[in-house]
Amino acid sequence: MSTLALTDAVADYGQQRVLGPLNLTLQRGERVALVGKSGAGKSSLLAVMYQQWRGRGAALMPQELGLVPSLSVFHNVYMGALATHPTWYNLVTLAKPFRRDVAAIQPLLARLAIDDKCWAMAGELSGGQRQRVAAARAIHQGGEVLLADEPVSALDGPQSEALMVELTQAYPTAVLAMHDVELALRFTDRVIGIADGGIALDAPSARLTAQDLLPLY
Amino acid sequence: MWHSATARLSLGFVALAILCLGIADLSITAHAPWHELGRLVQGLVQPDVSAVDHLWVALLRTLAFAFVGVGLGATAGFLLALIFHSRLVRSICAFVRAIHELFWALIFLQFFGLHPLTGVLAIALPYAGVFAKVFAEILEETDPLPEQVLPAGSGRLSTLAFTRLREAWPHLVSYTSYRLECGLRSSAVLGFVGMPTLGFYLESAFAQGHYDTVGALLLLFYALIASLRLWVRPLLVPVYLVVAPFCLGSGLPIVWSNVSRFFSEDIVPSPLRHGEGLSGLVGWLGDIMISEALPGIWHTLVLSQIALVLTGLLALALYPLVSRHFFQGRGWHGRWAVAGRQQAGARVPGNRLTHLLGHGLLVVMRSTPEYLLAFILLQLWGPSMLPAVVALAIHNGGIIAHLVGRRSNEVRLRPDAPHGLVRYAYELTPRLYGPFLALLFYRWEIIMRETAILGILGITTLGFYVDSAIQEIRFDRAMVLILITALLNIGVDVLARHLRARLRLRHTANCEP
Repeated sequence: MSTLALTDAVADYGQQRVLGPLNLTLQRGERVALVGKSGAGKSSLLAVMYQQWRGRGAALMPQELGLVPSLSVFHNVYMGALATHPTWYNLVTLAKPFRRDVAAIQPLLARLAIDDKCWAMAGELSGGQRQRVAAARAIHQGGEVLLADEPVSALDGPQSEALMVELTQAYPTAVLAMHDVELALRFTDRVIGIADGGIALDAPSARLTAQDLLPLY
Repeated sequence: MWHSATARLSLGFVALAILCLGIADLSITAHAPWHELGRLVQGLVQPDVSAVDHLWVALLRTLAFAFVGVGLGATAGFLLALIFHSRLVRSICAFVRAIHELFWALIFLQFFGLHPLTGVLAIALPYAGVFAKVFAEILEETDPLPEQVLPAGSGRLSTLAFTRLREAWPHLVSYTSYRLECGLRSSAVLGFVGMPTLGFYLESAFAQGHYDTVGALLLLFYALIASLRLWVRPLLVPVYLVVAPFCLGSGLPIVWSNVSRFFSEDIVPSPLRHGEGLSGLVGWLGDIMISEALPGIWHTLVLSQIALVLTGLLALALYPLVSRHFFQGRGWHGRWAVAGRQQAGARVPGNRLTHLLGHGLLVVMRSTPEYLLAFILLQLWGPSMLPAVVALAIHNGGIIAHLVGRRSNEVRLRPDAPHGLVRYAYELTPRLYGPFLALLFYRWEIIMRETAILGILGITTLGFYVDSAIQEIRFDRAMVLILITALLNIGVDVLARHLRARLRLRHTANCEP
């Protein structure tokens, strides 16, 4: 699998068309930033991509994170690997985690500086901590392409950079919806600008400056 | 006031109930009703615990039937909740729960006889229908996002266990424990049709005029329900569930030929059995409709309309008993209190007593099953609609008052809000009226179901005709009448749902008892 493509993709919200029709091709190894003002259709585009590519190893990190508040951080991260274990193994893990899974997940949490929260309930964490848990789940899941919606919006400078490094290393291909333009340009190699449900800009990051993206907002 | 649809509807209901009052027979026919009541009160004050050799057996059986019945019902209901999107499953559940557990018991009695299976299935079957609906609603209300972000191929069971089930678990547990309380009431009432539970002993104690025994049985039953939270602990429930099936008693053995006869002969309409064909069947159905079903439906509607409105009035009058906005000292927090502190507010000792008494009164009201209450009042006042109306209003009014009162505690009043009657009429009742109506409509179907069943006690609602048909060993007629009762319940449920939607009354799954 070398390319991922969308052809004539559309998204409707009720009666209203919020996205497309649009065409898009991703090369393996590309790191793409989706930029554009809120409501432009970034999240809808990610949802369409996830729908199309879920069976081809796509992982989604939605803006609302999708954590289970009443489960521990460990279990929330483990959920990224539910598909790789048999059902009985998953059910036993719910009651008592296996040592090798803890050994795999602990270092990941340590890299994101939340290893001290491993057994805390996800619902008890702060916004920034929860965002890192969702990121850890996506990293633990692994696969072909990461689709992340504002993955570092609740984190401050150094933390958000560290997380961007982890996320972009975990997947060969990544599509990240970002509102921090500077960060987007530094960690991606292609920028797609979305406006009014269509593609308004598609260029290599290296050729763009933050100024070039201003018209999109 | 006439501009509000809610007020117009409420007044319409009240007017209808007043009309029904004119039609209904509400006389007291007993010779000395107050004397009998006095004897009962005396029995409650001076209960005789030693009077029944089988007192403890009665309690044990009541508990055992409740645990086995609710346990089976919850398990089956949970499995059904997972496939509740199927229209067939939804319809079957609606039908099964529209038939009262006592009717189920009367049906099962015909072929299983006095075997424990009769009592267990009579609880488990309708409860499974209710559990399926409520569990499905609870699971539906959880956040769908965690499930969506799981990797493809996570497996149905793993997905369920890690996401929806995990999220809904506390709600499922609290609803199930609430239903266990209902199950205890159902189990006790099954004694009236011959199961070895509390009702059986109560009926015989009444028949012999042993009011001190009646008092002991009632007090023990209240103690059992009031202490439920103390002895139903998460770790103990599995133990109870394992032990309970062995405490059901042996009853009488099942005669399997009765089972096959029930299906091949008993419930086959008699004109078909005697080869009178379709025209005979039509005449037979017409006869049932005119001589039994229509009078039964009429009386059921009249009685339940009065009971519904009386329930509402009682609930509105009593909810302040458990509301922190009424029975709480004004003491130190007066007008300078911060809203947040007011919530934690100190109770004045004298008010603590009223608070406790108010709670106690509502607990007693709602833990007495309608059937049992109607039975007692009927013994005291003689046969008429009055005992049934009062019993239904007391039990259901107690439940709704409790829920509305609890809801009122979520309301925050400004620090200088008026007190007393003005507070009741201007501040709280208008705010709580919507939830109150939603709850009342929710219980409408239940009141209707109970009204029908009270006929077994001799009041001429549908249950009376069902019971008479069974006494006369005409099960074909009984089955038709039970079907009609079920359809009536389903009809009221649909109407109530329609009214709730039209008045935009929000309801939550957890308030349906």
